[in-house]
Amino acid sequence: MSAYVEVTDLRRRFDVSKPWLNRVIEREPRKFLTAVDRVGFTIEKGETFAIVGESGSGKSTVARMVVGLLPPSAGEVTITGVSMTDPRQAAARRRLRARIQMIFQDPYASMNPRWRVGKIIAEPIRAFNLIHGEGAIRARVSELLGLVGLHPDDARKYPHEFSGGQRQRVAIARALASQAEFLVGDEPTSALDVSVQAQILNLMRDLQDRLGLTYLFISHNLAVVRHMATRVGVMYLGRLVEVAAAKDLFARPRHPYTRMLLDAVPDLAHVGRARVPVSGEIPNPIDPPPGCTFNPRCPLANDRCRAEVPALRDGVACHAVQEGRA
Amino acid sequence: MTDTILSVRDLTVAFDTRRGPLTAIDRVSFDIGRGEILGVVGESGAGKSVTGSAVIGLIDRPGRIAGGEILLRGARIDNLSPEAMRRVRGRRIGMIFQDPLTSLDPLFRVGDQIVETLRTHTDLSAKAARTRAIDLLAEVGIPAPERRIDGYPHEFSGGMRQRVVIALALAAEPELIIADEPTTALDVSVQAQIITLLKRLCREHGTAVMLVTHDMGVIAEAADRVAVMYAGRVAEIGPVASVIAKPHHPYAVGLMGAIPTLSQEADRLSQIPGSMPRLTAIPQGCAFNPRCPKVFSRCRVERPEPIPVDASRVACHLYDAAEQAA
Repeated sequence: MSAYVEVTDLRRRFDVSKPWLNRVIEREPRKFLTAVDRVGFTIEKGETFAIVGESGSGKSTVARMVVGLLPPSAGEVTITGVSMTDPRQAAARRRLRARIQMIFQDPYASMNPRWRVGKIIAEPIRAFNLIHGEGAIRARVSELLGLVGLHPDDARKYPHEFSGGQRQRVAIARALASQAEFLVGDEPTSALDVSVQAQILNLMRDLQDRLGLTYLFISHNLAVVRHMATRVGVMYLGRLVEVAAAKDLFARPRHPYTRMLLDAVPDLAHVGRARVPVSGEIPNPIDPPPGCTFNPRCPLANDRCRAEVPALRDGVACHAVQEGRA
Repeated sequence: MTDTILSVRDLTVAFDTRRGPLTAIDRVSFDIGRGEILGVVGESGAGKSVTGSAVIGLIDRPGRIAGGEILLRGARIDNLSPEAMRRVRGRRIGMIFQDPLTSLDPLFRVGDQIVETLRTHTDLSAKAARTRAIDLLAEVGIPAPERRIDGYPHEFSGGMRQRVVIALALAAEPELIIADEPTTALDVSVQAQIITLLKRLCREHGTAVMLVTHDMGVIAEAADRVAVMYAGRVAEIGPVASVIAKPHHPYAVGLMGAIPTLSQEADRLSQIPGSMPRLTAIPQGCAFNPRCPKVFSRCRVERPEPIPVDASRVACHLYDAAEQAA
């Protein structure tokens, strides 16, 4: 039996070259940015898989390729056995699309400000032709609003009449409108205040329990990820450096980058803690260091790390861990 | 208690609108001692940034200080002329903002910007100022400062730019630094470096710091005392360890429970129903009363004044001796 979502050897390159004329005059070659490099993971039905990483790690690019918003340069994404790229499976993919939905960081940007919320939520229902008859659609919209903790009368309001947290509830209602079973959230709570963030995170967990949803959760906030995820993948400069069950990852981080990241997070439990700050910053992804991309910042780096890219084996991509040096 | 650098007494800030004045800051009082970091936290709209702007005399019109006093080393600064206030800013009060690019002029080398600040506020010669600027850059941890001093802001990474801004804020050795979300735009690993730097400099120079942020984790690590703001008022102020571990005000209790942490796994985050009131509709009595789980009749009519509870001061009727006797 295969996993619900399978991502194999996923890559994405972006062309960041200067315009043709500049390249000719300045004698510069084309330049590419490898945003995602050989990323592979699986998501089981009903679980929450989270991808964490700092800015520029490629986590959002992975999310966009998983839902099919961005074609991969190489590699494959299959959901319930249906390929997201294979042209021969276009018909099956069309049926699958309704069941995959995305929630974005800024809900306001993903809503038409001139539509009433009722119409916004009903859009996927109409687009996929799921329910026929205005009365039935209205009833379904009321049901969805109730599900996310809003009032059925809110269907008559416009997006600007809601607070940030309520708008994110509307976005979730719209995602669920097409009977979605797989939701991809790209930093869904990063723009919200903590007390509102708690409301949305609790709502997402409740809905998962009630509807058996599967989540791919993208975030830079480790504490939020710990709260939400069953399994976690850590990304650094386009590569997956560690994949583990959430419990294990936070109790026993293995990759030096994961350890560094966990040490760096300011946390309520660390009142007045004197920390050992991490050195260095993320290198420029256009010109990443050879070998393991983390080697310039890694305390365990040796010559092999500077020459050879470590493969993800047994949940961790690190020569030091695999050689037993860590 | 160490000698007081900044003393804010009953500060009230109002914004005049066509429909009458809106009170953004309502009788806020606090002190910051020498070498002390006071964290000011709150969700968006709590008035934490406006408080910072009021102290440095940079409230945009139509906002104005409508009442109260701001004292720097015992002398009032809230009623100074704009010209006199300009001499206080930079010389006696340094500023660090969220986005370092707004504090740096993209057209000037970073060294020239530091030298300009030094020559405006001190009587150093051009040559001495340049030497001092190199020392400052070295002090904030910029590698090869004698070379980097001639770089332009765009040649620095986000974390390095924020270091330059800190060097700029420290240039004239101010007594007080207002840091408004200084680490919010940075990745966690870099954020940790900046917090450590700020703490070290503050201790070494004896500078008082008002650290405004929405991130409780940052406060937990950096601050000595913390003021929790809600709807333009201080709900609770006290030593950081006691406010985080044992908050008293129901809003502070809810806020701490809503923050997911790395150290403990909670199945559900505690959530505060509703959201912060708008300035046009601040409830009568205690501003938190419509969302408060422990509300009683007095909260709806009478505004609570801060009263000492353990090591903190808490604005809540629950802790009033008369209520506890009843």
